[in-house]
Amino acid sequence: MKKSIITFENYSFKYRSQTEPSLQNINLTIHEGEKVVIVGPSGSGKSTLAHCINGLVPFSCKGDMKGSLKIKGEETKELGIFSLSKMVGTVLQDPDGQFIGLSVGEDIAFALENDMIPQDQMRYQVMEVSKLVDLETKVENSIHELSGGQKQRVSLAGVLVDDVDILLFDEPLANLDPATGQQAIALIDQIQQETNKTIIMIEHRLEDVLHRKVDRIVVVDEGRIVSDTTPHELMASDVLQSSNIREPLYVKALKYAGCNITPEMHAAYLDTIVLDGSQDKLQKWFEAKKVVEKESRNDPILSLENVSFGYNQPNQTINNVSFSINKGEMVSIVGKNGAGKSTIIKLICGFEKVNSGKIRLMGEDITRATIFKRAESIGMVMQNPNQMISKHMIYDEVALGLVMRGVGEREIKERVEATLKVCGLHPFRNWPISALSFGQKKRVTIASILVLNPDIIILDEPTAGQDLKHYTEIMEFLCELNKRGVTIIMITHDMHLMLEYTPRAIAIADGQVIADDSAVNILTNEAVIEQANLKKTSLFDLAVRTQIDNPRDFVTRFIAFDKEVRDTWQ
Amino acid sequence: MAVELLSYIERKSPVHSLSGATKLIVFLAWSSAAMLTYDTRVLLVMLLLSLAIFAISKVQIRDISFVLYFILAFLLLNNIAIYIFSPQEGVKIYGSSHVIIDIIGRYNITIEQLFYQLNITLKYFVVTPAALLFIVTTHPSEFAASLNRIGVSYKISYAISLTLRYIPDIQREFRTIAQSQQARGIDMSKNEKLWKRVGNASTIIFPLILSSLDRIEVVSNAMELRGFGKNKKRSWYSAKPFKRGDYIVIIVSILLLILSLIITFYDGNRFYNPFM
Repeated sequence: MKKSIITFENYSFKYRSQTEPSLQNINLTIHEGEKVVIVGPSGSGKSTLAHCINGLVPFSCKGDMKGSLKIKGEETKELGIFSLSKMVGTVLQDPDGQFIGLSVGEDIAFALENDMIPQDQMRYQVMEVSKLVDLETKVENSIHELSGGQKQRVSLAGVLVDDVDILLFDEPLANLDPATGQQAIALIDQIQQETNKTIIMIEHRLEDVLHRKVDRIVVVDEGRIVSDTTPHELMASDVLQSSNIREPLYVKALKYAGCNITPEMHAAYLDTIVLDGSQDKLQKWFEAKKVVEKESRNDPILSLENVSFGYNQPNQTINNVSFSINKGEMVSIVGKNGAGKSTIIKLICGFEKVNSGKIRLMGEDITRATIFKRAESIGMVMQNPNQMISKHMIYDEVALGLVMRGVGEREIKERVEATLKVCGLHPFRNWPISALSFGQKKRVTIASILVLNPDIIILDEPTAGQDLKHYTEIMEFLCELNKRGVTIIMITHDMHLMLEYTPRAIAIADGQVIADDSAVNILTNEAVIEQANLKKTSLFDLAVRTQIDNPRDFVTRFIAFDKEVRDTWQ
Repeated sequence: MAVELLSYIERKSPVHSLSGATKLIVFLAWSSAAMLTYDTRVLLVMLLLSLAIFAISKVQIRDISFVLYFILAFLLLNNIAIYIFSPQEGVKIYGSSHVIIDIIGRYNITIEQLFYQLNITLKYFVVTPAALLFIVTTHPSEFAASLNRIGVSYKISYAISLTLRYIPDIQREFRTIAQSQQARGIDMSKNEKLWKRVGNASTIIFPLILSSLDRIEVVSNAMELRGFGKNKKRSWYSAKPFKRGDYIVIIVSILLLILSLIITFYDGNRFYNPFM
């Protein structure tokens, strides 16, 4: 029997500001050297659970707690946050926000500085840890020069330097492109094998976490633990579906095809799954589903012609980019962190001026038009709604753009009310924005753009950090707008979003368009996947392994069917 | 991005290689000297010295032009205010009155007043390069360590240095928010009337504050989780040890401070009076 390192016993916690407890009657034991994933939808209490372990609850966020939580045999409420930080190292979800030092070395050394370690010894320890995470050549670099994956290595090194026994990762995959996400998971796995630390990961992108082996998955929903079992057992149950967590797609496909998943199938990883007996069912399911071919129109609304741009002249951030978007299309722009996706959007909106090339809107050259002028047809929704919201009440926020354009009061009222209805916000129109959830705030920002009647809406990561339910809500809403004739362009790291909602995708790498094709073709093209840091969908691998004649069609049919199924439980 | 003001500028120069604490001490000595003295001769010598040090530092005027314009505008405002509220200050100080332009009563322009305001302006010109140099040549990582070394508590030092290092981030954020608000039709360009533009600015400030508060929460959690504030003292990864040059510079600057005070107060008065 392994030694237990974390033990929750009948543990409950309620934040002081809330009426309902966030965690109820938790019983959970984690053993030394184990690798545990905690999953759950937004607001399920999984982050609170993590905060209990690292001490932010109850030492920073106050509230009432009942029951007992012991870490390494000691009751946490009798320890302080500082003693806990010697046992539990936390890597927070926002890789940019958590950096304290400016250079890699300085950030890694932060915990040592607080322990008054002399400078020479500190430099030695920083060097040792940076070797562990493969950053020894970057110690002097500024953190801002690093890629997303490297940044995560820095924050990992910053907690490893303290020689903690438990590593806690709070949504390690948020904000990482798919390939970098896989590397992060591999790195965590490697660290565990080298150091035998206890690893706890909080994440809702389960399929990506299962890129490497884990010992146990704990599912949290509505403040309770609804399942605590091995990955293979979990795949065989329907807990994930009932808790609104996305199952790995190949598992979902097998379930749709009527295959009975048993723990013996080892379904948690694509390279362990036993598919004997499933082939026929999948093949039959595949043949039964037909794809509705969409006719493609050719009616460009927005086109970029040989656009180049650089913040400093000789180095081009955007290099000779050309593409055109048709009226009524829904298109994804994908690519690795820092490839130039956001810059292209800035050029389209006029936030930055192109160095050379042309941008046309409905045939008209808008290369030199002002932001204000372009805004009449192109609306931009930022990733973080807090960056856009400037009024206290929902109605005022949505009306703001019209008020600024000097539209008459009666017309404002009509248009705002109509927009609020479209966005499903009409019942809340007199609510303060602070009372809304993140997803609802996002809707408010979309509404505040939509009210201006743009022909094109551009969204930056519309579903970042959303669980499956909110994701579906936002995306279905965008589809609805699309059906009303609004052209939609999205920047995204979510491969599934791209497959499911955008028939066409444009892949960007190093400031150039490397592919402009159907989403399915892009996500099954090894060369493009490699170059743009994307990830091949597991559906494709499943289809190949079960010898389905046309794996691409299989992917398309699955997506269409899955969408229908989820439409019914909307 | 071009609009990052008051952030560290990387150059190789003798000024950059000094320890941050040294520069801070020099800056404090320098500005005390400039604050205390109204002696035009001392101020002129200091002005020449500060221009020389500025040249040595290899920082270009255009690197800091925005802040410089801001300070010049403020200086102008200050001068106008002095004239409006105390137009005869110079006469009071220097004890004589040479009127050049007759306006009305106390608003007559006198040489004494002009001379007095010239001294004020000189003080600005003496202190500004020193202050700017301290900020743009001290690596932000070293900034907190320097404050801490001269006796400021490390928590306060860290708070100040975090604030400074977030300035570029906040500027970037400001730009992003401003652009997205402009795209909603909030006109911040010169086409709009000034008072309306000021009103429109509030639509940027509100989201900026909200997102800054988010940022503060994340970073303070991160700091606490890594043991910030546990002990009474802490060590510094990027503190620069004092070298011989540092001691020399500190001694020279303190000698200069003393010398300037001796010259200034030699005749028992802070003011150099050419009218006697």
